[in-house]
Amino acid sequence: MVNIIWVLLTVIGILFAMVNGTMEEVNEAIFKGAAEAVTLCIGLISVLVFWLGIMRIAEDAGLLTKLSLLFRPIVKIIFPEVPNDHPAMGYILSNMMANLFGLGNAATPLGIKAMEELKELNGGKTEASRSMVTFLAVNTSSITLIPTTVIAIRMNYNAASPTDIVGPTLVATCFAAIASILIDRWFYYRRSRKRKG
Amino acid sequence: MEIISLISLWFIPILIGFILMYGTYKKVPTYESFVEGGKEGIKIAVSIIPFLVGMLVAISIFRASGALDYMMNFIRPGLAIIGVPAEIAPLAFIRPISGTAALGMTSDLIASHGPDSFIGRLAAVLQGSTDTTFYVLTVYFGAVGIKKMGDALKVGLLADLVGIILAIVVVSLVW
Repeated sequence: MVNIIWVLLTVIGILFAMVNGTMEEVNEAIFKGAAEAVTLCIGLISVLVFWLGIMRIAEDAGLLTKLSLLFRPIVKIIFPEVPNDHPAMGYILSNMMANLFGLGNAATPLGIKAMEELKELNGGKTEASRSMVTFLAVNTSSITLIPTTVIAIRMNYNAASPTDIVGPTLVATCFAAIASILIDRWFYYRRSRKRKG
Repeated sequence: MEIISLISLWFIPILIGFILMYGTYKKVPTYESFVEGGKEGIKIAVSIIPFLVGMLVAISIFRASGALDYMMNFIRPGLAIIGVPAEIAPLAFIRPISGTAALGMTSDLIASHGPDSFIGRLAAVLQGSTDTTFYVLTVYFGAVGIKKMGDALKVGLLADLVGIILAIVVVSLVW
């Protein structure tokens, strides 16, 4: 999918330049675009290093585990089919915590582990269970406290206050998460009604 | 809405202070942990260079050729009715498909419209508040061998749509 979009963007652009007589601009754009991407990544290093460093301290201090315990009652409501003491619960919680703090790289292995446990809970079938669909829905609208990368980009382009998007982002993402859980519920009830009928 | 701005301003410094104090209290070797975690940041930043170069060059060509403006003129009237700037449409479309591609578009929008413009802020919030549904779906289900994904894709994409709408609403309300 990305492949198609990428090729389309480039090829349509070049074809358009032929018709439009903007070849010169396109030539310039190729090298400018590449240079800008590298500059951007170098600019990202500062924030990424600092934030991942701070988060490592939080992880080592056991803050992530603590938060997981705190949120257990809420997660229990979202995943009614997962037993309380099942390891899946632990992985789901740590995945959500990692996402919350913008630790995407830490979140992915935890999420995969959670999926594995959920699959086992579902008798090892290759079909997605109710909890798996829910877990995915929660993950795609993952609540983020600090959108690190976005802040770094805003800093790069000299925003007056690079972090002023944190609040609105948090509000939007919280509502989106609630909405995705409701959507998931609605699909579930639709499924189970069909089965009964 | 002032409260949201205030929280934005205070949140990060307070969180950092709290983590450092808590880490010290728990006898974590704070500075060494920080350095270890920070090394990962360099790895991530360097590893996204090819993704960004590829996407930014493609977008640059598309824009410099005039194709983007041409396309915008077609969709602008429809989007204007619901109060959405046409420039945001490509980002909203690619966000669920590729995170790094979306990151390229976000930085492009911020660069060309300014970080404190409405479009720049909307792009930032959109990028920060939604996730790459297709990536999560392929990686998570692929890793554990799920073949029938049930309603997962539908649920994920609907959730993305809601997320995009919410981002637009919140940004319009705050700024």
